[in-house]
Amino acid sequence: MSKFKKKKGGELPAISTASLPDIVFMLLFFFMVATVMRDSTLMVNNTLPAADQVQKLDKKDRVMYIYAGKPSQRYQDKYGTQPKIQLNDKFATVQDVGAFVLAERASKRQELQNVLTTALKVDGETNMGLISDIKQELRKVNALKINYTTRNGDYTQNLN
Amino acid sequence: MAKRSAPEVNAGSMADIAFLLLIFFLVTTTIETDSGLNRKLPPMEDVVDPPIIKERNIFTVVVNKNNDLLVEEKPMEISELRDAAVAFLDNGGGKGEDACDFCQGARDTSSSDNPEKAVISLKNDRETDYKVYIAVQNELVAAYNVLRNRAFARLYPNTGLSFVDADRKYSDPRTSPSEKEALKPKLAAVKALFPQKLSEAEPSKTN
Repeated sequence: MSKFKKKKGGELPAISTASLPDIVFMLLFFFMVATVMRDSTLMVNNTLPAADQVQKLDKKDRVMYIYAGKPSQRYQDKYGTQPKIQLNDKFATVQDVGAFVLAERASKRQELQNVLTTALKVDGETNMGLISDIKQELRKVNALKINYTTRNGDYTQNLN
Repeated sequence: MAKRSAPEVNAGSMADIAFLLLIFFLVTTTIETDSGLNRKLPPMEDVVDPPIIKERNIFTVVVNKNNDLLVEEKPMEISELRDAAVAFLDNGGGKGEDACDFCQGARDTSSSDNPEKAVISLKNDRETDYKVYIAVQNELVAAYNVLRNRAFARLYPNTGLSFVDADRKYSDPRTSPSEKEALKPKLAAVKALFPQKLSEAEPSKTN
């Protein structure tokens, strides 16, 4: 009787899966923390134009978003196919932009109220007339910092 | 009564539940920071006394409703716009007080005096496509960036950064305050050499 028995050769020991839940939970927590839920559902087509000389728009708390573009397929019966502005969750007219900006500004903290940026997320197919009107409204309420949100890419993608 | 030991809960399906949640969050996650072209609108109040700008210091860019480009009264493709704008800004045709010692352009007397005086005027039609407008804006910003990169490399060759990189680093919230303090005067100096003077006219109505 030797104390050191030879192990039964050949068989691989089964890999323990006991730590699998832990690993999965770790990933889960990462994504839970990193997730930013979209705060408004898009009701307009929103294919952003491409640009490569872009600056990042960090600090989500000092940005307000204005969407514009043709209404999505399911809203076209009701709202037609002309480009429209979307503020929060509903369609709006140009005259509503000023009130929206003032409301957004009032909802932010005092020290941020003067450094707010307006991000214009506008579909590439929109006419400039609508955007000029929006810009005019923004000037009226003194929201002068704007950002034309784009996707990263070469400008030539815009030309076809 | 015999004490029954509580049966152990089978934890084998915990991984499945966690996977289910994981997949839900994977699908709903959008890890992206928005990026785009920053612009500043002019304030509303009318300037009582608009400064007089000489014709040669204005670089007019007009985009019509068919998305065609007219630069300095001549039609042009967007691909040529960047170089044309660089040539205009960097011309340095001024003499005496307006002379520009860092310009490397053609020193054409019929083009801009110096980058500080040079103004790019962009005018679009109400029916211009937004994406074409963005392409034009992009190229004009690129022209400024080309020149600013050059000036930055000349003034601060030891940083190992271009102006665009330095600017990005400056606006990155992860950069430490001391680095920001170091970058701030450099960026300001380069911006003072090539100030971005991009004026937008009210869009014309299509008749």
